[in-house]
Amino acid sequence: MSVRDGSQTTLGRAALDRVLPLHLVLSAAGEILQVGPTLAKVTADAPLFGQAFFDRFELRRPTGLGSVAKILASPARTLRLRLNGPSPIVFTGLAAPLDDGCALVVLSFGIGVVDVLQKHDLTSTDFAPTDLTIEMLYLREAQTAALEEWRKLSERLAGARDAAEERAFTDTLTGLGNRRAVDALASKLVAAGEPFALVLIDLDYFKEVNDSLGHVAGDAVLKVVAEVLREETRRTDMVGRVGGDEFVVLMAGVAETGLARDISGRILARLDRDISVPGGLARVSASIGITATSHYCQPDFTTMMQDADQALYRSKDGGRGQYSVGRPAGPVARTAAPGER
Amino acid sequence: MAPGREGYAAMHGLVNKAIQSFVCDTYGDDAWASIVGDAPDVPHRFEAMLSYDDPITDRVIDLVSRHLDKSRDTLLEDVGIYLVSHPDVPGPRRLLRFAGATFEEFLHSLEYLPDRVRLALPELELPPIRVRDAGRRRFTLETGELFEGYAHVLVGLVRAMSDEYGALTTFEYSGRSDDASLVKVAVHAKRFRAGRDFRLGMAVT
Repeated sequence: MSVRDGSQTTLGRAALDRVLPLHLVLSAAGEILQVGPTLAKVTADAPLFGQAFFDRFELRRPTGLGSVAKILASPARTLRLRLNGPSPIVFTGLAAPLDDGCALVVLSFGIGVVDVLQKHDLTSTDFAPTDLTIEMLYLREAQTAALEEWRKLSERLAGARDAAEERAFTDTLTGLGNRRAVDALASKLVAAGEPFALVLIDLDYFKEVNDSLGHVAGDAVLKVVAEVLREETRRTDMVGRVGGDEFVVLMAGVAETGLARDISGRILARLDRDISVPGGLARVSASIGITATSHYCQPDFTTMMQDADQALYRSKDGGRGQYSVGRPAGPVARTAAPGER
Repeated sequence: MAPGREGYAAMHGLVNKAIQSFVCDTYGDDAWASIVGDAPDVPHRFEAMLSYDDPITDRVIDLVSRHLDKSRDTLLEDVGIYLVSHPDVPGPRRLLRFAGATFEEFLHSLEYLPDRVRLALPELELPPIRVRDAGRRRFTLETGELFEGYAHVLVGLVRAMSDEYGALTTFEYSGRSDDASLVKVAVHAKRFRAGRDFRLGMAVT
């Protein structure tokens, strides 16, 4: 069998095997006359030689061609072939005419080569050195390794970020504690059975400042308020910013609300004036809710926060710029003295 | 450590990470910790996918060399051997095996190594390697410097790959000329013993 190019070049079987290890030669009647060495290797379980091409292969594209002559006459350049059997292989192929109506079919595993390699023990010598399959396999393996490194790096960075956030107890704008810091101290106090008072402060008219003067002005107000809170509380109190314009003061060792009310009054007085901010003067006030552990048989921080929040909303409803003391629900509820508000 | 910018001498993290892994896998994490522990100018762990200032690589090699009481050349050759033969780093061995079916093919393929590496990691620019076949299974490898002593990593790598192919080989580092280092390789037997198994289809998970 030989390949002719005009009358110049003939290619013998050994040469074909060498340059095209994945080839077939078909007779005009469709009998498989020759099988390239690599193709023979992957079909060793059920050799192709002497078999009918159309029995062993399903021509998926172009469809409807049932003879070698039709394949050769088809304008379609690319053949998609499926080798039927227990472990089917899909090939990309190209057909060219030989003498006497015979055909040379050159095959490639294409991208599917990876699956073929899982099943058949092929080596680099099974591919022509001009075939880029080995380079593709190399690249795939190298890329997989590189991606794995990236994945590990991302995981480590994500872990580091989580850990950093976990450790962060500071509100970066005001330098006060953040919600996590407040929660941590409150849990500690509750667990130790230590009494404490809770002051929850929500700024009034803060949204208006943001809307009219911008966020830079809003941030400046928050810093001033933080400064006021620091100055008006005791050194041992913890001041935290727990929301956009919401602050908490935890007063450890204070079971009753008296001192908290005094401090709240001073805070309200301090805030009752214009604050100079970039772009003008801002004016805010605060609505405050207060509670303390002596109001509870079993102090629980979540409940205390809810009660302080309810008290805060009474302050809002009452006209803002004031404080109210929360009462726990349930049997231990005490009636607040008139004027406690 | 700030990732390197373009036009700025930046060493691919993989190089530094390789030295770190060599120390950790061979001498233990404690050895690495004590090497970098007293060096404020060196990151305590390298990331393979980030870049680092060039001088850091030299500094790390010096620190490790002093700590292990090994010459720089011996240390770097050991790193090369480690990269190919340590079971915990199967990657480089496999990637190098793609180069050819025989050790001699592998030697010739070293010329393509920098291109192959760049295909996988565009930022990692290895200096060119020239392979000369002097006949009678004698070869000369010539390489530029990625850092001082880089050629010794190559010696270690090729030495370990020779074992990998089961070839019996001797090496002679014949020093530097201009910017290049010369390594002479003599293959005494192509199949001195059975090489290690290599299959193209890896178990990519």
